Amino acid sequence: MASMRDIQRRKTSIQSTGQITKAMKLVSTVKLQKAKTKAEQTRPYSDAMYATVSEMLSRSSNIDHPYLRKGDSNKKAVIVITSNRGLAGGYNTNITKLLTNGTIPKEEIQVYAIGRKGKDILSRRGYQICADYSDVINEPIYQDAREIGKTVLDSFTRGEIGEIYLAYTSFKNTVSHEPKLIKLLPIEIEAPKETEERQIPMNYEPEEEEVLDVIIPKYVCSLIYGGLIEAVASENGARMQAMDSATSNAEEMLADLSLKYNRARQSSITQELTEIIAGAEAIN
Amino acid sequence: MAELFQLQIISPNRIFYDGQVSMVEMNTGEGEIGVYARHLPVTTTLEPGIVKIHEEGVTREAAVHAGFAVILQDKVTLMAEVAEWPEEIDINRAEEAKIRAERRLASHEANLDIARAELALQRSLTRIELSKHR
Repeated sequence: MASMRDIQRRKTSIQSTGQITKAMKLVSTVKLQKAKTKAEQTRPYSDAMYATVSEMLSRSSNIDHPYLRKGDSNKKAVIVITSNRGLAGGYNTNITKLLTNGTIPKEEIQVYAIGRKGKDILSRRGYQICADYSDVINEPIYQDAREIGKTVLDSFTRGEIGEIYLAYTSFKNTVSHEPKLIKLLPIEIEAPKETEERQIPMNYEPEEEEVLDVIIPKYVCSLIYGGLIEAVASENGARMQAMDSATSNAEEMLADLSLKYNRARQSSITQELTEIIAGAEAIN
Repeated sequence: MAELFQLQIISPNRIFYDGQVSMVEMNTGEGEIGVYARHLPVTTTLEPGIVKIHEEGVTREAAVHAGFAVILQDKVTLMAEVAEWPEEIDINRAEEAKIRAERRLASHEANLDIARAELALQRSLTRIELSKHR
């Protein structure tokens, strides 16, 4: 049996760890609230953008546009959104698993990393890291998404990459987040939905192609921005959960150790008493 | 009284405006247009400019930079990358941006991104113009 002092030492250490995890949980709860509101405010834009683009493409299915074709190159750009800081449970590994367990061969992937953790994991595994925008994830603004979008779109139009993917954690609610790998370009058109009210065809000013030239980059940027915002919310949600379970584990261990400590204390008292009594008897 | 229709101005950070209006004026890639209800469905690009929102009785103005508009018969949606009310504009910053953009355009540098500088100039001019209407 461990000595009283050992148990006491262990208890103090767990106690201070528990305090840290508790504080971190509180911090990430506050951050989560902020990020959640932001995510909710961003969603209408992404949703409206998605609706517009898919409606446009489904109605004018015969357009031939570079953004709708697969590029000649077999390289695939993947924008990987993870976090800069750890202690968020499986948050970062879940994202990188999308790639390491995915169907796309490693040699064809070019990683555009947002978030240091994901970048580190992937570069250790031998993935090619093209660019690193890790500072962005601290406080993502739309401008960041536009810059990243422009970079990948430029190399898409130059023919260096054939497809663009986005790997991020979609934020459903506080407790459920889902890692997702979505294809940004070429846009895959869903089967057009037949609705009665759509009898009047849509007109485009200027020409359809020119409008697509403008809208598709915005569509890509809005998806990246939405991904960034949701990832931040998910990160804080994941950290909150991880810290919550860490705190309750610490509490459980403390209760266990307190019990052990009290037993050890009692047995040492009993032993002392026995020794004293035995000593007294010997004198008599 | 003109017929009302729904106008939504959505920017990445928020739903900027959502309401019933009788007419909206905006600056598109093809020039300035005004849209009433029952307009022909059109999708068009937006240039930096002032959007005039005619509600019943009142007219409100906002600066919208870059984006596109989807006009349907009973609904107009403006997808704006940046949208601002006059009171949100920092006039000093806009003036500075204007001077910067003008200098860049005048400098004739070899690797000058003319389109970008012109856009910046246009944006700052829109902001200055709008803040005068306050």
